[in-house]
Amino acid sequence: MAFYRGHILVCTGQECKQKGGKEVERILVKELKRFGLNDEIKVISTDCLGACEAGPLMVIYPEGVYYGGVQIEDVREIVEEHLLKGRRVNRLLYEMDESEENVTAHHKKDIFSDEMRIVLRNCGLIDPEDIKDYIGRDGYRALGIALTRLTPKEVITMIEDSGLRGRGGAGFPAGLKWKFTHQADGDEKYVVANADEGEPGTSKDRLIMEGDPHTLLESMAIAGYAVGADTGYIYVRGEYQLAVSRLKKAIEQAEELGVLGKNLFDSDFDFEIKIREGAGAYVCGEETALLRSIEGERGEPQIKPPYPPNEGLWGQPTLINNVETLANIPVIIQKGADWFSKIGIENCTGTKVFTLSGDVMNEGLVEVPMGTTLREIIEGFGGGMADGREFKVAQTGGTSGGCIPKELLDTPMDYDSLAEVGSALGSGALLIMDESHCIVDIAKCFMHFFEHESCGKCTPCREGNTRMYEMLDRISKGESNLKDLDKLRDLANVMSKTALCGLGQAAPTSIYSTLDYFKDEYLAHITAKVCITGDCQELVTQREEGERKGETA
Amino acid sequence: MEAVIKEIIVGYESEKTPLISILHRVQDKLGYLSEEVLKLVAKYLDLPLSKVYGVASFYTLLDTEEKGENIVRVCESAPCHVKGSMNVLTELKSELGIDIGETTKDNKFSLELTSCLGVCGVAPAIMVNDQVYGNLTAKKLEEILEKY
Repeated sequence: MAFYRGHILVCTGQECKQKGGKEVERILVKELKRFGLNDEIKVISTDCLGACEAGPLMVIYPEGVYYGGVQIEDVREIVEEHLLKGRRVNRLLYEMDESEENVTAHHKKDIFSDEMRIVLRNCGLIDPEDIKDYIGRDGYRALGIALTRLTPKEVITMIEDSGLRGRGGAGFPAGLKWKFTHQADGDEKYVVANADEGEPGTSKDRLIMEGDPHTLLESMAIAGYAVGADTGYIYVRGEYQLAVSRLKKAIEQAEELGVLGKNLFDSDFDFEIKIREGAGAYVCGEETALLRSIEGERGEPQIKPPYPPNEGLWGQPTLINNVETLANIPVIIQKGADWFSKIGIENCTGTKVFTLSGDVMNEGLVEVPMGTTLREIIEGFGGGMADGREFKVAQTGGTSGGCIPKELLDTPMDYDSLAEVGSALGSGALLIMDESHCIVDIAKCFMHFFEHESCGKCTPCREGNTRMYEMLDRISKGESNLKDLDKLRDLANVMSKTALCGLGQAAPTSIYSTLDYFKDEYLAHITAKVCITGDCQELVTQREEGERKGETA
Repeated sequence: MEAVIKEIIVGYESEKTPLISILHRVQDKLGYLSEEVLKLVAKYLDLPLSKVYGVASFYTLLDTEEKGENIVRVCESAPCHVKGSMNVLTELKSELGIDIGETTKDNKFSLELTSCLGVCGVAPAIMVNDQVYGNLTAKKLEEILEKY
């Protein structure tokens, strides 16, 4: 492994690139070689540094000196004077404010000051295909601390004290899961990372795996140490090919450096990680279905109990956590449970990564403390509604979550507050819709999804989703009557109470919330046969035909 | 065919229950999982055919029927729906002259629907084989199809 005395970041973001940043970087590499400095100083081309007006920009570390407006003819002077002789080139110095705003300017999305990155701390800042970049940002330090200074029980206590809850959707306390797995008896134990991110509108796990794969590996090793497992499986969605290749590369590098494999950090702890690819089944995000899929079976959920911590993979105690949950672990170990538990709100600590999509100005991923309101995210990070249209409804938690009307925009986003208003935090998907969308059409889209993704094992889910879709389809075509609304609700009750797994139980969440908050729109479709947005084509056509008939009569 | 399947299975000897991984690789090599292929996989893994078929037919990404050279998958999840994925689908249907689940006469394209591809920031999106395309417009679709 090479050690460098200095690093030069050359900005090759859009603006700097247009001003010749790429060329400056090329000359810089050449000049460093000429002076024999290429083994001492590393050049890294980076994304936007935030001071576009001064481009092309470069920063020399560890000094933290910024040079702006650097032209190719200035490069040699910087190399000779600054790097060789240690004298700053005053005429090129660019004064960056030392205010916090500029310190965090590496983030592309610094437009939103409430963002707090724990889970995404390295995404976009490191080369995901180079383990050294990860180590340079304290990577694998938490694993070292855990293995050399803490007992497994102490690690578990830390996670319990931090208040971390599972980020896959259910919000179960992570520390408790770890404790149960630790206490269970088995010939062998396993750690499984649930990376089967199938909830529509969610891409946080993909970003973590593609942008910072080692975080997941390190967290799994720590989990393995805590619960007493020596093998980990990452179950990745089959569609996420880039994530699979980055994870594979990361595992290879980690094994080469000895942070995965045998006798980690000179302890007697061994840990290996294997990847299993999913094959396109939403239900496999449910933990027992996922385990069945690793076992080479159809991904059908099992009756619980027994829960995976007692009887999981191949009947052995298994800890199964979502990727985002795991990504918090190294930070908790390094900064302490106390630090973590002060972020967010009392019963829901830490941050949450939200995937914002739909009719907002800026779509994308944002990480904020738990309890941030929906309005703050839409107006802050989202930059408000697109095209100046009015907000109508937001679906939180993905397709299995509920719909929130305008009056509830100030609801804090955490597991309990959202459950109170009939929605869910779920995977952190936020689908924002404006007034141009029809509630019935949207609900139909949701149920169409579940109808397709139901595995068919239990009747309430297999039949319920199909019948609900059919009823919504009838409503959207003006072929329904008021009884269907009662039937919808009855069926929703049956499903949420009797379906075998979370898929069927959560499928009607959006039906409940749209019936509660947007009943008028359902009524308009049923009684007046009107779809004000025009999304329900059949109703529009019917009305037009009616009008034509009226004209000729 | 037999040799290909054998070779893939040998590569997974040290793995516990690798059926799905094996089916993935076999499909990569042979295009789709025909009855003949599944019988051979069952034989070499010493599993009942019913189980191998049960698994192959359960998962969307495993094909038990022959598909065109390129598979176009249109995301039909809510975020893409909101951004007009139905228009994309209509456009593709007329461009290719086929319906969902069908293959063009020249065997070049098959058209399918898929659940969320996780690229909601660039909705509406489609995936052609392993490649994802977003922010689609009618013009862009035309250009994408021309590439194949």
